[in-house]
Amino acid sequence: MTRKALALISGGLDSMLAAALIQRQGVEVHGINFFTGFCVEGHTHAIRKRDRRREKRNNALWVAEQLGIKLHLLDVVDEYKDVVINPKHGYGANLNPCLDCKVFMVHKALAWIREHDFDFIVTGEVVGQRPMSQRKGTMPVIARESGADDLLLRPLCAQNLPPTRPEREGWIDREQLKNFHGRSRKPQMALARELGIEDYAQPAGGCCFLTDQAYSVKLRDLWDNRGRRAYELDDIMLLKVGRHIRPSAAFKLIIAREEGENNFLEGYKRQFQSIKTVSHAGPLALIEGEPLDDADLELACAITARFSQGRDADAVELRFSDREQRTRLVSVKPLDAGQIPRDWIIG
Amino acid sequence: MNDPIELDARRLFCPLPVIRLQNCIQQQPTGTRVRITATDPGSLRDIPAWCKLFGHRVLAIDEREVEFVFLVQKGEDDD
Repeated sequence: MTRKALALISGGLDSMLAAALIQRQGVEVHGINFFTGFCVEGHTHAIRKRDRRREKRNNALWVAEQLGIKLHLLDVVDEYKDVVINPKHGYGANLNPCLDCKVFMVHKALAWIREHDFDFIVTGEVVGQRPMSQRKGTMPVIARESGADDLLLRPLCAQNLPPTRPEREGWIDREQLKNFHGRSRKPQMALARELGIEDYAQPAGGCCFLTDQAYSVKLRDLWDNRGRRAYELDDIMLLKVGRHIRPSAAFKLIIAREEGENNFLEGYKRQFQSIKTVSHAGPLALIEGEPLDDADLELACAITARFSQGRDADAVELRFSDREQRTRLVSVKPLDAGQIPRDWIIG
Repeated sequence: MNDPIELDARRLFCPLPVIRLQNCIQQQPTGTRVRITATDPGSLRDIPAWCKLFGHRVLAIDEREVEFVFLVQKGEDDD
């Protein structure tokens, strides 16, 4: 009887190797990948005009192609909010709830294998590799809290852990699994060579915006100024785009940095107030906040004009649009660089 | 032959266009055609790659200035 395993595929090297090790033992392996909204998958390249034609790939799909396995993609944006907003085990260095995230994903994988009659779950975790989610003490937490228990197999470090059911039942040979531990990447690279894997994405923490300090600052600012920890997919996508400047608690500007970002922000004009320079080439800026009074509107325009080609002009004309697309023209003197305090600049 | 099912994945970033296609095609019988319009250039690689993994056929790709239109036919093996 051919056993079936579901491998969590991030697109990095470790999960690729883990899946390959199990596949090599004659197990039918499928992959699963979760879209949380925070995944780093070339979104900024897809937006920016100069990068649009650059060759891109979804790394999880690419790994599945290399291994010749089916990859199931799950949109978990809504369910994942609770992980980000209320992590039981807290955050890492930034707003990364890595341990809760892993518990969540393994739990989702468990539901999937039950629904599809698969036998066990495979991850690329390595004991001691990450400070939060991949410590010896947290490995059992993930297995227990996800509900997967001994159906969760970590092939890269299995020999450092108690035997799981797939090993005890002889579905796979424990001797052919690995005993990797710690932060060194050398064993993984050696195994990749052994398995004939020459091309792989750069691993270790680079697949989630929540591990990024600058991104986390913007997300925290969003929560602080809304007075509640909540977000929608559009919010977290917009945090990946433009300059974010908050002159007051009343509003934040999201100012495009180039044409591709202008085009992207255009799509949000009906959800936000916006400003666009008209007398000079310049950016589109979205205004997040309540309707502006005249003083705040003038300030928002003066900041936006600072990033236009009229930055040194005596006056720049801009078109303000409210959410109903009613417009008015505003003429301002652009702010000098020194007139924009550093603490206004969120990122 | 029935008209293809139309999917709008414009302004969605990968892998969401692929997920839209996957979720639609899973519900359909073999041979069903789906036409999906995307704007993320990554879809030019990702949609054909995903179709290949599951045995679906990409019948046509219309690459326009800012949009990419894929006509996909569901294959037999999509477990």
